[in-house]
Amino acid sequence: MTRRLLILLLCLLPALPAWAALDPAVVKQLAAEDSDAKIAAIQQLGAGGDRAAVTVLKALANDELFVAGGTVFLLDGETALDAATGTAIAPAPETYDAITINNRIRAELSNAIATLRLLNPDRAVRLAAAQELQSNTGIDMAPVLAKALARETDPQIKHLLKLAHAQANLGSADADARLAAVQALADDATPNTRNLLLPLLDPATEADARVRTAAKSSLKLIESRLAVGETLGQIFTGLSLGSILLLAALGLAITYGVMGVINMAHGELLMVGAYAAYAVQGLFQRYLPGYIDWYVLAAIPVAFAAAGLVGIALERSVIRWLYGRPLETLLATWGLSLILIQAARVLFGAQNVEVANPSWMSGGIELMAGLVLPWNRIVIIGFTLFVLALVWLLMQKTRLGMFVRAVTQNRQMAGCVGVPTARIDTLAFGLGAGIAGLGGVALSQIANVGPDMGQGYIVDSFMVVVLGGVGQLAGAVWAALGLGVVTKFLEGWAGAVIAKIVVLAIVIVFIQKRPQGLFALKGRFVEN
Amino acid sequence: MSVEQLQSSPEWGDGAANMGHVLQPGLDISHKVILYLEDISVSFDGFKALNKLSLAIDAGELRCIIGPNGAGKTTMMDVITGKTRPDAGTCFFGQTLDLTRMTEPEIAHAGIGRKFQKPTIFERHTVFENLELAMKTDKRARVSLFARLDDAGRDKIADTLKLIRLGAEAERQAGLLSHGQKQWLEIGMLLMQEPQLLLLDEPVAGMTDDETERTGELFKSLAGKHSLVVVEHDMAFIEQLGGQVTVLHEGAVLAEGDLAMVQADPRVIEVYLGR
Amino acid sequence: MRTPFTLHLLKFMPRTGWIALAVFAAIALAIMPALHLFVPHDSPFYVSNYAITLGGKLMCYAIVAVAMDLIWGYAGILSLGHGLFFALGGYAFGMYLMREIGTDGSYHATLPDFMVFLDWKALPWYWFGTDSLIWSLLLVLAVPALVAYVFGYFAFRSRIKGVYFSIITQALTFAAMLLFFRNETGFGGNNGFTDFKRILGFDITSPEMRAALFALSALVLMLTLVLGRYLVSSKFGRVLTAIRDAESRVMFIGYNPLHYKLFVWTLSAMLCAVAGALYVPQVGIINPSEMSPANSIEIAIWVAVGGRGTLIGPVIGAAIVNLSKSFFTVAFPDYWLFFLGALFVGVTLWLPEGVVGLWQRVMNKRAA
Repeated sequence: MTRRLLILLLCLLPALPAWAALDPAVVKQLAAEDSDAKIAAIQQLGAGGDRAAVTVLKALANDELFVAGGTVFLLDGETALDAATGTAIAPAPETYDAITINNRIRAELSNAIATLRLLNPDRAVRLAAAQELQSNTGIDMAPVLAKALARETDPQIKHLLKLAHAQANLGSADADARLAAVQALADDATPNTRNLLLPLLDPATEADARVRTAAKSSLKLIESRLAVGETLGQIFTGLSLGSILLLAALGLAITYGVMGVINMAHGELLMVGAYAAYAVQGLFQRYLPGYIDWYVLAAIPVAFAAAGLVGIALERSVIRWLYGRPLETLLATWGLSLILIQAARVLFGAQNVEVANPSWMSGGIELMAGLVLPWNRIVIIGFTLFVLALVWLLMQKTRLGMFVRAVTQNRQMAGCVGVPTARIDTLAFGLGAGIAGLGGVALSQIANVGPDMGQGYIVDSFMVVVLGGVGQLAGAVWAALGLGVVTKFLEGWAGAVIAKIVVLAIVIVFIQKRPQGLFALKGRFVEN
Repeated sequence: MSVEQLQSSPEWGDGAANMGHVLQPGLDISHKVILYLEDISVSFDGFKALNKLSLAIDAGELRCIIGPNGAGKTTMMDVITGKTRPDAGTCFFGQTLDLTRMTEPEIAHAGIGRKFQKPTIFERHTVFENLELAMKTDKRARVSLFARLDDAGRDKIADTLKLIRLGAEAERQAGLLSHGQKQWLEIGMLLMQEPQLLLLDEPVAGMTDDETERTGELFKSLAGKHSLVVVEHDMAFIEQLGGQVTVLHEGAVLAEGDLAMVQADPRVIEVYLGR
Repeated sequence: MRTPFTLHLLKFMPRTGWIALAVFAAIALAIMPALHLFVPHDSPFYVSNYAITLGGKLMCYAIVAVAMDLIWGYAGILSLGHGLFFALGGYAFGMYLMREIGTDGSYHATLPDFMVFLDWKALPWYWFGTDSLIWSLLLVLAVPALVAYVFGYFAFRSRIKGVYFSIITQALTFAAMLLFFRNETGFGGNNGFTDFKRILGFDITSPEMRAALFALSALVLMLTLVLGRYLVSSKFGRVLTAIRDAESRVMFIGYNPLHYKLFVWTLSAMLCAVAGALYVPQVGIINPSEMSPANSIEIAIWVAVGGRGTLIGPVIGAAIVNLSKSFFTVAFPDYWLFFLGALFVGVTLWLPEGVVGLWQRVMNKRAA
């Protein structure tokens, strides 16, 4: 509806200042009693190609064209404008009648309006009109479209017009016209066109064998293109799932790599990050409502700090005392996760809280027909790349990163050459937790935020770490994206639950073959 | 070839069939060579731990292996005992057993015992139980469910306890022993396995001079009946043992011969002192 | 001086152990059921429905805890998926209980209510024979054993251990839970099985049935303890603990850990399944939430609280944790998770040997 209004405005804007006078006789004929006379007038206005005619015809279509004492006029607010000249009538008539139309006239009107818009000198108007004609275009539009097509020079609009013309011609009585139309439609790979062409395979609806064959080959072409679009869409959602997995797993990969312990409360650090985003949103609503769209950016450092501090606290208070006892660490960190979950329930309530997408993250871009990439997913993929780059820089270019890598590879040796392993443990744990917090911010934009939200992620993150190989950043990236894409394809094929089970099975089988992951560290120290 | 297949093949004779997993009676050492490594290569992320290593140990021989750190001594033992699979090369025990295709327990049954660089014993079991677990017998799970120690077994454990001088410690937890005692216990466990070939990784590290000397005597008395491969840094100990010495360097054999000869070899001197 | 085999069998447990067992048998098999059945309800000695069901449940939990201890405490393998085997046993027996409802369900159909609701016309093939108690009991043992064996074979063969193994078992039970949540799986989806009516034609809620199930749970618990005791005092048990402490050494002296682990793993799964089968008729419901990872990991804390590597520890631990749970969820529902969480942390940090370990230490100190 908004689009229609916009088009109307677009029609009006260039039209109003230059109201070239229409033939008053023809305009007057619009108010005739006889439908045929009305139609004749409409057709004449339409064929004239006058911009002012659009305004008048639109008004007629909307039952907003009035007649008082032989003068046809339309209302602009309080003032009455003469339909023929566009000048104000003063004083405005006291009593007037709306010109009534029936369905036959309505159809004629929309044709005339479309024709006028297709012939409009403004490119945007023509484009919008051509786009509107991409569906439900009947044979009655064929002559108009042929005329517009002959005049059109813009390649994009020309293409659209060609498709619309072909669509219109599908209803033609002439088999040759239908054949040409079917062949032309092969260019238009949309589900809509597919549905138009499908009935043509049936001899009952399409008598001509040539058309049927052509329809078959056109359909084949369309379906293969549609399949490409669908596949691209699945890859995209897979990548987006993969980037979430990666955000969740990156932190775990670091802590597991450095300390060899699985932090079962890792999912709850995601939750901390998500609640941090929620809290920042609340603060913005309260104190900076004008900047509410940017709360997400402010939430990023807050979530990092919040989750990082919680992580450091966990490491200092519990995990550090359990080094060398990985199984007990599992249990203790599980206990911590229970405490964090219950704390979230007490602080924020057991219900999910609402974290809204900022307006710049809503909507999406349409890459091709049937393939819309939502902005929030695109932003998350971008954000993941950003976090990945940061982590990479941190690990490769800083002293802390060097120490972390050293401890990952050989704790004792690192300790011997003077790496302060205990401090590195704390910092690495804080870093991993902070990254989980960032993951929580990302999650808050696409998933429910609640006390239990982190529970599902520990297994998935661990799968990523296992698949990728411990202590391997590149491995984690490939594993996360791979798992994401594979999961999405399986979901499309067998449903979410089966997909999950199959992925687990794949990971288990994979570990059979490569127990050290995709990118294995080999050597004598690995097992110890 | 799996252990089961080996058992059923006729060349192992009645003894092997009766003893379940125990294979030694059938080990084919007709060519006098008990262990034969040829062109073994192992690499870890591009680092060549073993580089076309070839080595042959005769039956009954006592061979010492020396070499600087990182020469590939432990990796070589890993390959022989099945812990590490070589990237290339062959490794035969006797004439017929391809060690690169066998698992660790299969290799142990075939008659290779190994002592680790760091003594690994079952610290929470008693000394007696450590020896009992190591004793050569049917080691399948379902048999162990109903296994009982017979008098012959008891006698054997008692003999070994005496030999490794831990008779008084039999009922103590192994984790409470001194480092030297643990080394001895591990050697004792090795003996309980009655292996044809003993691989000993730094067996006298952490022992007193007296203990070292007694260990040397023990090894010398074992040679002949068993074959021994000893990795050591202690030159005095190697001298005591006598026998052939192989020098490993960068994953390959650098020199071979008796100790005096090896020590005089300029390449060996270069490796040990050059850098 | 050969002792006869039967005598040898008795020797694996000290005399005090047998005496304790006999006392427990007298209480659980005779006194408690008698107090429930024959004492008037207003007598202070009457054992109420609630008490006898709680007791039966605790003993099921204790069986699970002992099963868990066999593989964690003795073999060093921490399973975070034992709830799966418990639930599989429960579901297998639940199928029989559903069939025993007959046409007394709310739709008065021969099919279980949830199948009528889904508009199914016939029982799925895997429900074949579940109207027979014998066949169902066979399923109780065979299905979890098969699942455990196949999973364990692949996991142990590729030497997956430590946290890897733990997390993968958690993933296993999580996947199974998702599977059982689906209506199409044929096990009642979300709601699982409930509204049981009878076993072998006898009313499932009658005092006699409660007492019988209680006594049966106690009997299975005692058998589990005796079996466990035999196992850990055999050579098999010594190899198992050796695997726990130094697996590579075990391999290099010629034992194949695969078979040892696989046996104890499968046995443990079967014990859990039996406990599940006893549990379901006593609580009257089984649903997929039994397979949730949280349930499975809780089993580990029962064992940890009581004391790993002892057989009585898990029994005590299961009782302590579950009695606290009954208390907290009624008195302070908001604090239960805090308490449970603190228990996980506290026990691993300060009480690694559990209550039994603490007791032993105190006793040793006193003796010294």
